[in-house]
Order: sequence, then C-alpha cells, then structure tokens
Amino acid sequence: MSQVDTHSHTDHHDDHHDHGPAKGLKRWLFTTNHKDIGTMYLIFSLVMFMTGGAMAMVIRAELFQPGLQLVEPGFFNQMTTMHALIMVFGAVMPATVGLANWMIPIMIGAPDMALPRMNNWSFWILPFAFTMLLSTLIMPGGGPAGGWTMYPPLIQQTGVALPFLIFAIHMMGVSSIMGAINIVVTIMNMRAPGMTLLKMPLFVWTWLITAYLLVAVMPVLAGGVTMLLTDQYFGTTFFNAAGGGDPVMFQHIFWFFGHPEVYIMILPAFGIISEIIPTFSRKPLFGYESMVYATASIAFLSFIVWAHHMFTVGMPIAGQLFFMFSTMMIAVPTGVKVFNWISTMWRGAMTFETPMLFSLAFVFLFTIGGFSGLMLAIAPADFQYHDTYFVVAHFHYVLVPGAVFAIMAGVYYWLPKWTGNMYDETLGKVHFWMSTIFVNVLFFPQHFLGLAGMPRRIPDYATQFADFNMISSIGGFGFGLSQLLFIYVVIKCAKGGVKATDKVWDEPRGLEWTLSSPPPYHSFSVAPEIK
Amino acid sequence: MTQNTPQDNKALTLKLVVMTLAMFGFGFALVPLYSVFCEITGIRSAIVETDASQVIETPDIDREVTIEFVANRIAGAAWEFEPSVTKMKVHPGKLYSTTFFARNLLDRPITGLATPDIKPAAANKYFQKTECFCFTEQKFGASESRDMPVRFIIDPELPEHVDTVTLSYTFYSQTELASAAR
Ligand code: HEM
Ligand SMILES: [Cu+2]
Repeated sequence: MSQVDTHSHTDHHDDHHDHGPAKGLKRWLFTTNHKDIGTMYLIFSLVMFMTGGAMAMVIRAELFQPGLQLVEPGFFNQMTTMHALIMVFGAVMPATVGLANWMIPIMIGAPDMALPRMNNWSFWILPFAFTMLLSTLIMPGGGPAGGWTMYPPLIQQTGVALPFLIFAIHMMGVSSIMGAINIVVTIMNMRAPGMTLLKMPLFVWTWLITAYLLVAVMPVLAGGVTMLLTDQYFGTTFFNAAGGGDPVMFQHIFWFFGHPEVYIMILPAFGIISEIIPTFSRKPLFGYESMVYATASIAFLSFIVWAHHMFTVGMPIAGQLFFMFSTMMIAVPTGVKVFNWISTMWRGAMTFETPMLFSLAFVFLFTIGGFSGLMLAIAPADFQYHDTYFVVAHFHYVLVPGAVFAIMAGVYYWLPKWTGNMYDETLGKVHFWMSTIFVNVLFFPQHFLGLAGMPRRIPDYATQFADFNMISSIGGFGFGLSQLLFIYVVIKCAKGGVKATDKVWDEPRGLEWTLSSPPPYHSFSVAPEIK
Repeated sequence: MTQNTPQDNKALTLKLVVMTLAMFGFGFALVPLYSVFCEITGIRSAIVETDASQVIETPDIDREVTIEFVANRIAGAAWEFEPSVTKMKVHPGKLYSTTFFARNLLDRPITGLATPDIKPAAANKYFQKTECFCFTEQKFGASESRDMPVRFIIDPELPEHVDTVTLSYTFYSQTELASAAR
C-alpha cells in the first residue's frame, strides 16, 4: 500500500470540510459522519438492550416459582425467542459496530469511514428491521416462539409472523454485511502513513477479523432462512422429509452461521479488553503478535466446529469425535489470550477504575463460560447437558459478563473521550459491583439446574428446581435494575461533569488520545505521523 | 500507507460484495453437498433395493441381532400406520420378512410414501432390503387398508458392537409432496 496519492488531501470531503454537524433531526437522518453514526448505533443498542432485558424480566418472573402464574406458555416461548434475537442482533452486534464506527477511524488516523454513505444506510436499516420484528408480537398468533435457532419443522408452526421474522433477519443481515464491508475497506485502505498492519491497535485487528467472519457467514444465514420461507410458501422441500428434504440440514446450515456468530460477538470484546488492560496496568500489551494470531486461529477454527451444537442428532462416532476435538482446540488460542491479559497485568502499576474493573470481571467470568463450554464439548457428556439450563448458563457467562461487560468496559473507557466529560467514578463502581454480584446470582445457579436436568425454554418446572430458580430470578431482577444506573451514569456524563483531559487516563496508548476530548467533528483530515 | 483513492475503495468493496454473494450461494450449495457427503459416508439411509436373486443366505446362527420396527406419521396425517410386530430376533445372513399395516382414514383415494431410517447409522450399510413398500409410492383407495411387506437380510459383516438395529419408517400422505421426492 504505497502508491503515491495524486489528489490533494483537502478535496476529499468536498463541501462540508471543517463544518460542524447540521442542525436538528436532519443531522441524524442524513449524517455520514462516523462519530454520529457510532453514537446512533450505541444508543440503538442500549434501547434494544433494555427491550430485550424487559423480556428477560418476564421470563424470570414466570420462572420465579413453579407453576404457571403470569403468562401463557405460548407467550413465554415468544419471550425466550424474541429476547435472544433482540440481544444477539439488536444489542450486542450493533454495540460493537457502534464502537467500531467511533473508534476505528480515530485509532488508525483516518478522517472517516471509507464508505460514509453506506454507513448511514447500514445503521438506518436497523430500526426498520427491529420494528418489523417487534411488530410480530401483536400479530394474530403472536411472534415467533420456536427459539432463536428457528429449527424446522417447529418454526414452521409460526403463524403470519414467519415471513416478517425472516425479512427482519434479512435486513439485519444486510445491515451487518454493509457494516462489515465498510470496516474492512476502512482498515485496509485508510490507515495513516506508517500504520502498518502489525502496528494497529488490537481492537482494530479483532474487528478486521470479525468483519471477514460477518461477510462469510451472514449470507449463509440469509440462505437458510430463505429456504425456510420457500418451504413454507413456495412448495420447496429443503427441510421437509415428505419431499425428500431433511430438517437436520437446517441445523447444519444454521450452526455453520451460528458458531462463527458467537465469535462475531466475542472477538470485538477481546479487542476492547486488550485496549483497556494495558492502560490500567501501565504496561504495553503482553504478546501483541500472539494475540493477533490467536484471534485469527479462533476465527478459522470457528468454521469447523459447528456440529458441537448437534451432538444429539444421531451423528456417527467419527463425526462426534471430530467436532469434539476441533471444539476443544479452540480453547488453546483462547487460553493464549487469557494468559496474555494476565501477563500484561503482572507487575504492572495497576489501578482499578470502572473500565478496568469490568475488564477484570470479564477475564474471570468469561473464562468460567469457556470452561463450561469445554464441558459441553465432551460429546458423551453433552447428551446429558444438551438443551438443559447448563447450556443456558454457559452461553450467558460468555455473553453477559463476557461480551456485554466488555462493551460496558469500552463505554466507560471511551465515554470521557466522546463527551469531553468524566463519568461519575463512584456511580460507575457501584454499577460495576451491582452488575457483577447480580450476574453471578442470576447465572451461576443455572449450572446446577442444568446438571440436575431442568430443560431450557420451559415456562414451568418440577418443584425440586424451585429454590435455584428463585435465586436466579432475584439475581435477574437485580441485574436488570442495575442497568438503569448505567443509563443514568451515561446520561449524566453526556450532560456535563468534570472536564476530561485529552489523554483522559494516565498512560493510554493509541491515536485516539492525541485528539481533544471530545474530538472535533472531523478529525485527522490530515493524516497523523506514526512513529 | 498513503491516503486511499476512491478507486481502491471501489475495488475492495466489489471484492467483498462478490464474496458475500458467493457465500449466499454457498448456503444453498450446502444442501446438495451434505446429501452427497451423507450418502458417501453412509450417514443417511439411502433407499437402495438389493436384488433378491443376488442374495446368498449364509446364516450365522451363533449371532442374534434384535431388530426393532417403528412407524411414524406426521401429526394430523389421515393414516393408521403401525408395524405388525415391533421386535424380531434375527440371525445375520438369513432372509426375513415382516409387514407394516396402513389404513386410509379418508373416504377418498390418497397416495403415500414412506421414508426409512436406520439407527445406529453404523448399521446402514449392512441392512439390506430386497423388498420394501418404501421403494414405490403406495396408492390407497377410499378407506382401504392393507399389510405392506418388507423383506430384509442383515449382512453378517455387521460390526460386532451392534446388537440392536432400529428400522423406522415415516409415512407421508401428502400426494404432491410425496411425488416431489423422486
Ligand atoms: C472455549 C470456548 C467454547 C466452547 C468449547 C463452547 C462450546 C459450546 C457447546 C459444545 C455448545 C452446545 C451445547 C449444547 O447445545 O448442548 C455451546 C453452546 C453455545 N455457546 Fe459456546 N462454547 C465456547 C465459547 C462460546 C463463546 C465465546 C460464545 C459467545 C460469545 C458462546 C456462545 C454459545 C451459545 C449462544 C450457545 C447456545 C446456542 C443455543 O443452543 O441457543 N460459546 N457452546
Ligand atoms: Cu458453538
């Protein structure tokens, strides 16, 4: 990438060079500014987080006691399905895309994203997709209730909501693919002179790899749900045994997407943690290059492990062994990362501000989720664990104190940069401790429930599960309430507070800290010098 | 690294769009790919007729294998469908026959098609059917009922660890769908 630029730098952004943002609603509707779009993604994600969270509260309220008390079983199943879809596609993914939008250009010294108009589109598709998805709840027959994994033939019993579900997923797919393409092009083409690939911050690296994963697997999901649609309405029989199809085929297609998808949610989180731990340990990241290679190996391996979600479909022993060992292999690069984070802290001059607290909790609690994943990867054991609360406990440990905590850590870490104001450190710490305590009260007992045999996705259960479910629900309500505090802290910080310095933290690394807090609307119009 | 030009962006964007479309196609290509894979590896019970005249009986009377018969209908199907016996002890290398009973509960003719499944999958290759109602469509007159035959032989090469084999049929009654299968 060393071709000589023949254009002068100034004619890149034609008419609105050096202008501030437009005024009013139009600024947000038509903006092509990466900071505006990043902000919109993050706000959207927060709204979805609360929406999906409200559904989780319905689930935990119903499960507070055995017996059916609050909602109909059918509605309960709609809640579990919608909760998962909203959290995966509406909360976690847009949050990481929002962080990418905000941070990648200013981390690599670029003036904006490479394809700013497409950036506007990728965001604005999302509110429509989720309005469509949520509207199914008030349709005759209700929303989808067959689980976020949408297995046929069960999902085909969805009423009129099915095509809306499928189109919503198509739109989410289009949005994330456009976002991913934009991120790849930005990273490959827009780095400031001297910013070689192996000088990029780890957050940029993890996002580059994530973006490739998105381009590779979102289209496969789109294909899978399209086949569901044509099976239902156009007489094809991809998944219908009566016509020579095979319902298990859908599971293969879904998990070919689904397993890389879980890494799409966690790799950017790894990137965030790899930015924060060095700052608060006041040491450079230990094993930078091994982190890059570990991320790439995880991404590669994620394509050959999908059938660990399907051990019970009647696979031959050879298949079970293959998927068992390939799955366990992922623990190796993941372990490299965890040890690198710990080595970064080793003998560092550590301080424990809120972003660091969330990062430390991430390292501990994500690892617990990794371990329960390894237990599930043992094919013979999975016959007992599969479709129980143990699986629910596993993926919530990797996703909530994993991905979500990392996103919150990132928000606390960069909020002073975005707003120019320090957040309230005391309240941040209160939010951290409440979240961490309640998240464990919420999800740890679910391991025991699963091992004792409680199935997932049920509105009622045998009475021997009562105590742990009550504890779990209390944790759930506590965790839900704690997040109101998070919203309060963020709004308070956006409104004002102690002015942040440009560096914000003691010894942060990276170009973002060379800009003012908040950064100018257009930053790095002239590329910075990278030493 | 210098500032990019719009042409660079266009070229890379185009590559990524092509990759997206290719992966969309790959999603659909997975369907035939899996089918081929499952047939080669014997994971799926292929509906293969063994030529009766080619079968030489070499009964292994020291070995006994339990065969279980299972009949399934999809919910709401207008059939009665069940095996006449649910279990049989057989010697590998010997021909046996049994029947499945079906009754059309409608007062109009329908066509059905049965799809077989053998578990464990390891037994697939060794469960040979010389006659099976699953080889052809089954036409039933209004309210007609009949016994449908299956003749089979277990290959003596059946792996040692397999002592029970389940033969399960699902009988589909939807005329249009059944014919789409062949
Ligand atoms: C060492 C790493 C991991 C291993 C070995 C692992 C293994 C597994 C296995 C075997 C299952 C299937 C369990 C069953 O259904 O019986 C599973 C489910 C799941 N895992 Fe993991 N996992 C790992 C990391 C992750 C990460 C990082 C995430 C997400 C950030 C994740 C998210 C999920 C989800 C969402 C499910 C459940 C999907 C569903 O059925 O709805 N896992 N995991
Ligand atoms: Cu997986």
